[in-house]
Amino acid sequence: MQPYLERRAARDPWVGELFGLQPFDAPPREAVRKGYSVNQHVLAEIPFLADIVGNDTSPQPSRPALADGEEIVRLVDLKRRFGETPALEGVSLTVRKGEILGIIGRSGAGKSTLIRCLNGLERPDSGQVHIEGREIGRLGESELQPLRRRIGMIFQHFNLLSAKTVEDNVALPLKIAGQKKAARRARAAELLELVGLSAKAKAYPSSLSGGQKQRVGIARALAAGPALLLSDEATSALDPETTRSILALLKDINRRFGLTILLITHEMEVIRSIADRVAVIDAGRIVEEGPVWSVFADPQSEITQSLLGGIRPQLPAEIAEKLSSVPGKEAILRVDVAGDAARRPLLSELAVAVPGRFRLIHGGVDHVQGEPVGSLFLGVAAKDGQVAKTLDFLTARNARAKVLGYV
Amino acid sequence: MSEVMLQLLLRSLWETVLMTAASGLISLVAGLPLGLALIATERGGIAENLWVNRILAAIINGFRSVPFIILLVALIPVTRLIVGTSIGTWAAIVPLSIAATPYYARIAEVSLREVDRGLIEAARAMGGNRWTIIREVLVPEALPGIVAGFTVTLVTLVGASAMAGAIGAGGLGDLAIRYGYQRFETTVMIAVVAVLIVLVCGIQWLGDRLVVRLDHRV
Repeated sequence: MQPYLERRAARDPWVGELFGLQPFDAPPREAVRKGYSVNQHVLAEIPFLADIVGNDTSPQPSRPALADGEEIVRLVDLKRRFGETPALEGVSLTVRKGEILGIIGRSGAGKSTLIRCLNGLERPDSGQVHIEGREIGRLGESELQPLRRRIGMIFQHFNLLSAKTVEDNVALPLKIAGQKKAARRARAAELLELVGLSAKAKAYPSSLSGGQKQRVGIARALAAGPALLLSDEATSALDPETTRSILALLKDINRRFGLTILLITHEMEVIRSIADRVAVIDAGRIVEEGPVWSVFADPQSEITQSLLGGIRPQLPAEIAEKLSSVPGKEAILRVDVAGDAARRPLLSELAVAVPGRFRLIHGGVDHVQGEPVGSLFLGVAAKDGQVAKTLDFLTARNARAKVLGYV
Repeated sequence: MSEVMLQLLLRSLWETVLMTAASGLISLVAGLPLGLALIATERGGIAENLWVNRILAAIINGFRSVPFIILLVALIPVTRLIVGTSIGTWAAIVPLSIAATPYYARIAEVSLREVDRGLIEAARAMGGNRWTIIREVLVPEALPGIVAGFTVTLVTLVGASAMAGAIGAGGLGDLAIRYGYQRFETTVMIAVVAVLIVLVCGIQWLGDRLVVRLDHRV
């Protein structure tokens, strides 16, 4: 490693993360506080370059699978209608301790109704909601109240009380839980330190920026020491930079305290940044579910593909326009590759194994949960059986390749 | 203006201030809970109960429809029961309070309705009960409106107290009618109006100052 990089890393923590001087998955606290986050696109470039020189430096998955974690939430066949409009049509879902589960869907897909069923703000018409092993569907409002203290919630529009100072907002759940004033103050100070807003303790929410308001929202949601954090589009009202810093904070909290987080969003970017598992909801049903990287690598449903559209490489429009199904000079291939297959020097091996010319049109390798997930568009000369050989080679290397058409 | 007139003016001012303050205080103490009850029992409220809501609304509308001068006379038996007499400044406080309470309840209701539902949802999500929602969310968040509405009610009471002269309550309005109007003493009339303007402006100024101090919304 160059001493220059080390000097840079000392000044800007993200440089260190980028070059492996510091662990990627546990960003240093200053980085989180200053709102730094790793530029995923830059990171994606590095293994791709490494791929060409045949030297694998891509980060390995550093977290154990969470599949055997204890169940915190179990939803069984949840149904809910609003008059004639169905919001949930039989949703079953499990959230395990310590994981971040992201639920994504378009607006009106039933996300908000679903998340509100978890703390009893919304009552399902049928089905069961188990929280830490307890069925809450039949509990009355007064029995739900102590249970809700085990579940923190953050909101799209922050929902901070304008008449209370930042400190009093954070302390409110503790006041509700009946804690003494001195204890509330101490805990609020601790949480404001955690979210980097100690200086604003006596300020009113109206003097804060959107990102700061959401930090207060997070501190408030954590005040009573919840077992589960619900996030209702928590970053949808924020600009991209602030979104990244809020997501980094949530991830940091999840890693450090093992807090289980269930978030709903309509942005795949959010899912990619922090979720371990994703469930795609459409028209009141879960249409797809799995580890984020595998859903990103191989989306099954149309809705998932469309939601991923914005962040996965797409064939450039000027080429897509010229595409024809009649064989021509050059075949355009889409190659999807993920996991171990994407760690190999795929392109250099292809160049050696299949003689002839090919060009890289567009694409890249992204890293989702430390797993490389790549989509490449190749132009392959359509002669001497090169297209068929290329397809065979890629299939043998566990890459999914198909001919989109010819130009 | 003579020494006697000045004394009369001062006494009338005191009577008006007394009537306004006492009935204002009563309408605040009774009207705010009424406004909360209206908000809580309405559809989707924190203690939804449509029958209670309809009955409360009907009673409030009923009292608000009766012209004050009629209410003043109609309530004489009630006044006698509470105060022991049906004439004088203290006797006027009863009908003034009964007229101002439903008026203020409606004003408070409007302010309380403007509280963002998301805030109520947040308090519920924290495990708060209805009382918590009222004490920590509804009232503090609506406080600027509640105070501004109280200012409006006080100014309205200054005006209404003029009619209380009909049952011998005195006050500035009564002075203006009897001396300024019926005896053609223009100086008295002008003096009374000037004092009333200062009084109303003073109440409004204080109310506005308080609202600015309480409002942290923007």
